[in-house]
Amino acid sequence: MEHLLELKGVTKRYGDTLALKGVSLSIDKGECIALIGPNGAGKTTLLRVIAGLEQASSGEVLYRGVKAKPSLLRRVATMVFQKPEVFNATVYKNVAYGLKVRGYSKAETDRRVKEALSMVKMEGYEDKQAKKLSGGQQQRLALARALALDVELLLLDEPLSNLDSESSTTIGKLLNWISKERRLTMVVAMHDAVEAMALTDKVALLMGGELISVGHTYTVLKQLQAPLKAFTRLENVFIGEATPNEDGSTSIRLSERLTIEAVGKRTGRVTVFIRPEDVMVSKRPVELSARNAFKGRVLEISDLNGAVRLKVDTGKALFTVQITKKSLIELGINVGSEVFLAFKASSVYFL
Amino acid sequence: MSIGFVEGLMQAILLMADPAVMEITLRSIQVSGVATLIATLCGLPLGVVIGLTQFKGKRLVKAFFNALLGVPTVALGLILYLFFSRSGPLGFLRLLYNPLGIIIGQALLVVPIAISLTLNSIEALDPQIKDLAKTLGASRLQVSLTLCREAKGGILLAVIASFNKAIAELGVALMIGGNIKGLTRVLTTAIALETAKGEIAISIALTIILLSIVFALNLAVNLLQKG
Repeated sequence: MEHLLELKGVTKRYGDTLALKGVSLSIDKGECIALIGPNGAGKTTLLRVIAGLEQASSGEVLYRGVKAKPSLLRRVATMVFQKPEVFNATVYKNVAYGLKVRGYSKAETDRRVKEALSMVKMEGYEDKQAKKLSGGQQQRLALARALALDVELLLLDEPLSNLDSESSTTIGKLLNWISKERRLTMVVAMHDAVEAMALTDKVALLMGGELISVGHTYTVLKQLQAPLKAFTRLENVFIGEATPNEDGSTSIRLSERLTIEAVGKRTGRVTVFIRPEDVMVSKRPVELSARNAFKGRVLEISDLNGAVRLKVDTGKALFTVQITKKSLIELGINVGSEVFLAFKASSVYFL
Repeated sequence: MSIGFVEGLMQAILLMADPAVMEITLRSIQVSGVATLIATLCGLPLGVVIGLTQFKGKRLVKAFFNALLGVPTVALGLILYLFFSRSGPLGFLRLLYNPLGIIIGQALLVVPIAISLTLNSIEALDPQIKDLAKTLGASRLQVSLTLCREAKGGILLAVIASFNKAIAELGVALMIGGNIKGLTRVLTTAIALETAKGEIAISIALTIILLSIVFALNLAVNLLQKG
């Protein structure tokens, strides 16, 4: 199958620094790839090369199987920068800019601007000065400006960082919708693996300018040995000492008084991860098949794209748990409530 | 010289309606206006191009134009006098003691202002603005035009500062124009002459007019930018 875009051994050099080292990656139509990696891994540089804003020092970028110059890439792709940038003009003129330079008619421009602004929930902002908007609103405007264009590939650099919670929720939901309903091809740079997981199953891990692996989120994270916490802000990541059990499971001692069980045989120092949505919560102790069960107290409740995140202190470790709003209300959980947590041994992933 | 300040001021206000004073004022605006037009027509595009492109020796070019900002008007006046005088290399153009000579001299004087201020306002833009225009699909020319629009406040300032310097300078107007009544006499040369003659009232009247032109223009531009 012909890829929409294919990078072959792309290297980018700035003076003596190698920002990208022979990156090869293919992007298929309708796919959403989360580009993850610590700061300085080369995520932004890679996006800029794909966007046609930087010329690769060596290697090539193919568009539908044909070698593409930066000028062609700038026509088929558009990039939304991490730091929102706006023209010193009204919101309307900002969103209409790309359409104007691409020669769209006035009527078509009007229609697309209106549609794009409604997607980011900014209807009625047309005549406002873009520079006077808040940071979150400017980021939404930047996204609307990109969505108004009929490009095949949308490149987003850390779209959820530096946002207030309202804008973060709006943009998070919107990105999911664009990817899943509109099937727009996207490459999204993120330093938070949890955000990446919420958006897509496919991640590309970049470190020190090298593409370490590409694939399903868990597969990629599992291959990783380095302590993830440093860059992923991953919650429920624990480091412990693993001892294999006779039944094929492994006990992992995380601290003096906390041991969890996982599936698979491991020995020595391991890093494990439990998805916040895999942890069950109850108000009373219940008999479950789950191998891991702890009592704790709710420290914090936060809203996350419609779901709810709880931070639960078990006295030995801090767990992040994700439940629906409905469950939160039904269980009557408040900050300070005593709760019981449980998760299966098979929910513990080795990183 | 015995005249008091208040008395001078009273006379000055009456003198502003004097046809001779009005003629000098109009000539000043015309000469410096045309000089500014020429300077901006050359200086703005040059400033934009230097501001937008990266080339070897760019710092040197910028330093050169910045140095030209400090050229004393009398020095430029003298150099041009030597060029424009009958025996000079451009003597055949008959520019000496001619309003056109003042226009050319003032244009040369203020062109570095137009270039430097334009260049600096373009360079002061966030470099990401250029990338933004590019990633939205703008061509090279469209990117340049967008950057000029983003820097329009600074570019407008370049034009105003050029006009201010042109209308307020004395050296070129005096040495090239020669302060000939009815031909090359402008506000600054008239002020110098009348003060030397002891006609303080006329000097004050002309000075008030000169200051009013400069302030009114700056005020108008400020209001325009806010609107």
